[in-house]
Amino acid sequence: MTQQALISVRNVSKAFSVEGRLVQAVDNVSLQAREREFVALIGPSGCGKSTLLNLIAGLMEPDQGEIALRGDRQTERLGRIGYMPQRDGLLPWRRLLENVTLGPEVMRRDLPAVREQALALLPLFGLQGFERSYPHELSGGMRQRAALLRTLLCEQEVVLLDEPFGALDALTRRTMRDWLLGIWERFQRTMLLVTHDVDEALLLSDRIYVLTPRPGRVALEIDVPLPRPRHEGLLNDPLFASSRESILTALREHDG
Amino acid sequence: MSPRRLRRFGPPLALGMALLLLWQAATLYLNIQDWLLPSPLQILQAGWQARGVMGPHVWQTIQETVIGFALALLAGLTLGMSIDYSHWLRRALYPLLVLSQTVPVIAIAPLLVIWFGYGILPKVLVVGLVCFFPIVVSTADGLRSADPDQIALLRTMGASRSDVFRLIRLPGALPSVFTGIKVGITYSVVGAIMGEWVGSSRGLGVFMLRATNAFRTDWVFVSIAITAALSVLLFGLVNLVERILLGWYYASRRTEEWAEVS
Repeated sequence: MTQQALISVRNVSKAFSVEGRLVQAVDNVSLQAREREFVALIGPSGCGKSTLLNLIAGLMEPDQGEIALRGDRQTERLGRIGYMPQRDGLLPWRRLLENVTLGPEVMRRDLPAVREQALALLPLFGLQGFERSYPHELSGGMRQRAALLRTLLCEQEVVLLDEPFGALDALTRRTMRDWLLGIWERFQRTMLLVTHDVDEALLLSDRIYVLTPRPGRVALEIDVPLPRPRHEGLLNDPLFASSRESILTALREHDG
Repeated sequence: MSPRRLRRFGPPLALGMALLLLWQAATLYLNIQDWLLPSPLQILQAGWQARGVMGPHVWQTIQETVIGFALALLAGLTLGMSIDYSHWLRRALYPLLVLSQTVPVIAIAPLLVIWFGYGILPKVLVVGLVCFFPIVVSTADGLRSADPDQIALLRTMGASRSDVFRLIRLPGALPSVFTGIKVGITYSVVGAIMGEWVGSSRGLGVFMLRATNAFRTDWVFVSIAITAALSVLLFGLVNLVERILLGWYYASRRTEEWAEVS
C-alpha cells in the first residue's frame, strides 16, 4: 500500500448497551480506502455494517481505535464524508430539485450555481423532467438515484453507501448496479459500499472486506482482480468465479 | 359541484336538510309553543329582524375570538418549541400544562374579571386558555417525531442544530401543528362566549343571556346558529391555509391511499 489512505480505520471497536446488556457491534476492525478507490464491505445482517458507517461518517465516536481522514485523526469528519442512507431520506415536503441541493444549501454554497449543476446532471440520473416532483411521485429506483445525486452534489471526499439498492426489486437492482458503475467511473469519487450481495460487490469495487456477524470483525480482505471498465459479462469470468468462491467460503466459515 | 365534492358534502347536506324539515313539520303539526321550540323558519325570520341589534354583538365576539386565538397560537407555538428544546423544560413544563387543563376555564373566568375588569381582555384570555393546550401538545409532539435518519443525514452534511430544526424538524412538524390548531379553533368561539357570560355588556354570549331571560327562544337559537357558523368559518379558514402550506402532505397521503386500494 504505497499510496496514502484517504480514510483509514484502525483497530476500531464499538459496543452498545441493549436492555442492560453490552453488545459488541464492531470489534477491532481495521480497513482503509485510497483516493478514488471503490471499496465494498460485505457481510450478513448483524455484522455491524451500519455502525461502522456511522463511525466513519462521524455520527458517533469509537470506544477504542481511531479513524483518520488523510492521515489526520483530529479532523472533524461530519460534513466531509458523504452518506447515502439505506432509505433514501428524501424530504417529503421538498420537490426533487430542492431535495438534491439540500447539502449545498446546508453548506451555504452558491445555490443558483448548484441548481444549474443539478439540472444539468438530471438526465444522467434518469430524472429529467421530474425536478418539480415530490418524492412520493417517484418510483423506488428514481428515489435512490435522487438520493445519490444529493450525496454527490455535496462534493465530499468520501461517499458512504449503505445498501443503496437493498429495498429495490431484483430487476431494478441490476439496472441500478450498472448505472452506479458508470456514475463512479465518471465522478471518480472514493466510495465505500455496504452490501450483502457478493456479485454486486465484485462487479463494482476494487477491494472487498468481508465482515463477520456479532461482533463485526474483518474476516477477509480481497483485491478484485478484474479489469476496468467492468460490465455484466464479467460475471462469467473465471477470475470472478474464484473471487466469489473465496468470499462465500469466508462468509460460510463464520456463519452462525 | 364536482362529483367528488358532491360525494363528500352531499350526504351531510341531505341529512341536515331532512332534519330541518322534520323539525319544521313537528313544530307545525304537534302544535309546540313558540317559546319552547320555535320552527326553523321562525328562527330565520327572527334572525333577519334582529340583524341590526345583533351586528355589534357578533362583531365583538369575532374580535375576542380572533385576538384570543392569535394569542393562543403564539403562546402554544412558543411553549411547544421550548418543551422540545430542552429535556429539562419538557420535564418541568409538561406536567404543569396537563395539570392546568384540569382546572375548568369557567372557574377561572370570574377571577379574570376581578383582575382585568369588564373590558375585552378577560374574554381574550379565556379564549387563549381554552385554545392553547392542543397547540402546545401538537407542536411538541410534531417536533419530536422527526425522522432520526434524516437528522443523521443532515448532520453528515455539516448541519448545525438550528439547520436541523429549520430544515427538518419544523417543516416535518407542521401537519401535527395544524391538527392542534384545528382542535383549538373549534373551541375558540365557545371560549369567547363563556368569557362573555361571566361579565360583559356586549357580545353573542350577552345577547344569548338576554334572550334567555326574555324567553326569546328564537333569539337563543339565532345566537346558537351564528356561533356554529362562526366556528365552521374559522375552521374552514385554517383548513384553507393548511391546504395551501401543506400541499405536499395531502398529495402524499392521497398517494398512500391509492397504494392501499390498488
